[in-house]
Amino acid sequence: MTQHADEDGGRGGASQMKVSLLGQDAILCDPSGAQFDDLLQRRIWALSRSLDILPWVVETAPGMNNLMVVFDAEQIAAGAVMDAARAAWASGESLTEPGRLIRAPTVYGGDGGEDLAELAARLAVSPAEVAQRHAAPTYSVAAVGAMPGFVYLSGLVPELAWPRLASPRPRAVAGSVIIGGAQTGIMPITAPTGWHIIGATSLRLFDAAAAEPALLRPGDRVRFEIVEVRG
Amino acid sequence: MIEVLQSGPLNTVQDLGRSGRLRWGVGRSGAMDPLALRLANLLLGNRSGEAGLEAAIFPLRLRFDAECAFAVTGAAAPARLDDTPLPPDWAALARPGQVLTLEAPRRGVFAYVAFAGGLDAPIVMGARATDLKGGFGGWDGKPVVAGQRLALGPATPGPPIPDHGVGLSPSAIPGRHGAGPTVLRFIAAAEWDDLGDEAAGVFLGSAWTVTREINRSGYRLSGPEIRFERPRELLSHGIVPGVIQIPLGGQPIVQMAEANTCGGYPKAGVIIDVDLPLLAQSRPGQEVRFQPISWDEALAARHDVEGQLRRLAADLELMRG
Repeated sequence: MTQHADEDGGRGGASQMKVSLLGQDAILCDPSGAQFDDLLQRRIWALSRSLDILPWVVETAPGMNNLMVVFDAEQIAAGAVMDAARAAWASGESLTEPGRLIRAPTVYGGDGGEDLAELAARLAVSPAEVAQRHAAPTYSVAAVGAMPGFVYLSGLVPELAWPRLASPRPRAVAGSVIIGGAQTGIMPITAPTGWHIIGATSLRLFDAAAAEPALLRPGDRVRFEIVEVRG
Repeated sequence: MIEVLQSGPLNTVQDLGRSGRLRWGVGRSGAMDPLALRLANLLLGNRSGEAGLEAAIFPLRLRFDAECAFAVTGAAAPARLDDTPLPPDWAALARPGQVLTLEAPRRGVFAYVAFAGGLDAPIVMGARATDLKGGFGGWDGKPVVAGQRLALGPATPGPPIPDHGVGLSPSAIPGRHGAGPTVLRFIAAAEWDDLGDEAAGVFLGSAWTVTREINRSGYRLSGPEIRFERPRELLSHGIVPGVIQIPLGGQPIVQMAEANTCGGYPKAGVIIDVDLPLLAQSRPGQEVRFQPISWDEALAARHDVEGQLRRLAADLELMRG
């Protein structure tokens, strides 16, 4: 009855990719391992680009080391889509060009970063030290998704990782700088979140009226700039 | 123009939603029961995807400023034009000043009101659908409110609605199941095999109850606890409306029209598009069951409904002409 769980080796011993059905109109390509891998993500971006040009592909949506491919079921059967995805993956192509560098001026802590003090206490350092460690790396936009304009950023230093809340906060304002598990992000809209809020940035990631409603694309890089550390 | 006299905070402009915007994290949105909206449009000779009003809170009262053909479908919300009751799944002609009232349905959740020419809300990212979570679409990304005036697009020229109106008998409505439990057909997804035989058996063998935690983003179901034989931590990945997630708590959540475009919970499967409205129209306390089918069977089911819709459209043309 199941029609998935097929595994395929990539060229040069690279990652095996599971391909499975995601309903009638999509498949999920998943070469992921236990942890997120930046090099694997570049292959996912390349896979996305190579499939996007096919006439029967409606859209591809990169996730964290995986790719959802939405196709036109009137033009092609699911099995053929899976074959095409495996063939494209086997090419081993990787997207190496970096995207733009975007700066996110951020006020850490205070009312707009209510969880910063707790994170500092957990690490037994000052809030300013936490802000420095969060702002130090250049983050990479791995994927856009979940909610409009939301980006999954990779590059968070492991010591700042903080498991998600058991039940989400009903409201985090747009611009909230958040940490969930081993990832960090910025709220693009005011919405519930299960992640922790450590600051507020003036950077706006989503504008429904803009020609390009989402500011960031996979491959872009983000730097948080400390404007101030409060409390 | 339509004047909204009375409306609750979950009544929104909806069409068939957006596609091709996943790269911005923008999902489908659109009608929770797309078939009901399409039927309402068909009755009026509209394009099947014209924007209408999706109503989940009642009473809904609308006043017509000018003569206007309209249709009401979906949940069996008792409808009347001024004091005249209307049959369900019915199109009628309103004269200037007349008031359409929809009361709370005893069955179903979402009623649809379509208007000749469709609701003329701004098109945002290819559709007029209101995305409540994102705060865009419809009019200002919000539900319609009392005092608001709704603009209509130009009506397709053609024969008018007959004096007594025109409607659909229940047997003419594609995909509507008869009496008996609601069965939701689904295609197994990546983590289905991780359930193991026992958990899969419980999932398929149980009746699942729709809880009170239902909204345009997702419906939570209650029933026996489902534990994966091979639980795995998943990285965030693309999902679509219809995905049946089983988080750690062991109770399924079905993603609906305003599903997030990515999620991290394990997926048992994806409910086929012609059956998802059956869940959308299930009230808290009602029971549903799941039935796995193949991709080919799912496509056949879709073609079947599309064929019925085409024949219905042809019959309505004949009737109006």
